[in-house]
Amino acid sequence: MTGPRILYCHCQYAQVVPPEVKEAVLRKLCESGVAFDAVADLCELSARQDPSLKRLTEGGAVKIAACFPRAVKWLFHTARADLPLDGVEVLNMRVQNAEEVAAALFSPELKPNLPRGKAEAIDAPKAAAA
Amino acid sequence: MPLTTQTTLRVVLYEGTDAQPLDSANTFTTLTALLEKGFAVTRTVAGGRVAPHERGSLLVLGKFAGGRAPVAESDSAQTPVRFQDITGLDASRIVETAEAARSESGAAKHGEWKPWFPVIDYDRCTNCMQCLSFCLFGVYGVDEQNRIQAQNHDNCKTNCPACSRVCPEAAIMFPKYKAGPINGDVVQDSDLGREKMKVDISALLGGDVYSALRQRSDAAKARFSKERDDKKALQERQKCLAKLATAGDIPPEVLMSLPSPEEIMRRAEEAKAKATAALAAQSK
Repeated sequence: MTGPRILYCHCQYAQVVPPEVKEAVLRKLCESGVAFDAVADLCELSARQDPSLKRLTEGGAVKIAACFPRAVKWLFHTARADLPLDGVEVLNMRVQNAEEVAAALFSPELKPNLPRGKAEAIDAPKAAAA
Repeated sequence: MPLTTQTTLRVVLYEGTDAQPLDSANTFTTLTALLEKGFAVTRTVAGGRVAPHERGSLLVLGKFAGGRAPVAESDSAQTPVRFQDITGLDASRIVETAEAARSESGAAKHGEWKPWFPVIDYDRCTNCMQCLSFCLFGVYGVDEQNRIQAQNHDNCKTNCPACSRVCPEAAIMFPKYKAGPINGDVVQDSDLGREKMKVDISALLGGDVYSALRQRSDAAKARFSKERDDKKALQERQKCLAKLATAGDIPPEVLMSLPSPEEIMRRAEEAKAKATAALAAQSK
């Protein structure tokens, strides 16, 4: 049985994701031997309403290495590709470190974390360890 | 051509049957180079699951047996596929290959537009239409149910988060913004207070920033006609723009690119009319 699909966003057109985190996560993905999809910029795909986002949501569980879960949820909605709340775990490369992100990506366990309704402070991801 | 109808090229790094695996260092270098050029890249391995591709074509790269790339079975497929052997090619040659395939297929060129646009959190949005009434650039509109939506993403002014500042519910995100909650971080009670305060600042400026701009401009014009003091008028306008830039975190280049006061007025009235009509339709 295969695990969740993996989607990695390189956030190419802004400098808001620490480059060392992006680089380390991508390097670990390449070393892992797993299949994954990498996109230059999820915002761009969302604006394009790229059909591959819709198809991704239809294919079962998915782990997404990108930015804040609230942003990712509504970027997919903008692309007319609502993510299933119970089938998606978003790893936030803006606040989590590369080890945390990679560990979660390769873990067989899926921890759904998209906000349901108005996101509360308790939904906030933990800050990266120093 | 609208963004939503352009085709794209996806690159597949194929490591399945009849192809040698790529070494991880080369895979990383190649992937990074392709992503930096704006391509979507899929790495496939035997038994792995990835997303299907539509509205575009596929370029499948691999170290194929005997250095010979397979031939696509059908050119009439909905998603045209092209295979290319990359044995002995370095990352820059692979990017050149992808660029050539993109150009041949007529797929969109990436990086010509920074994807900066408002993303609405409908869990928070109350459909109050403040954003529609505020935006002068026609980014917002309503759907068939008179629900607010961002319709013209490429009209949005890069790095300008002003509409998110006037949203009383902090429901408008710009994922590439530097700070929360505008970047999508969780909204705290204190953020709502701050957002409200910003709306108050705008109210202090005279109801809304555009009417403030207009009034200041009119005053400056009046002074100009009486005193012929164009230097003073310019200073006044710059003072007003600086205040607006601070209140709304609006980049100076956006403020400086605003049209004439008359055109601002016309667009503001148009936006306000659209918002009023949408609100009236909601209450029916």
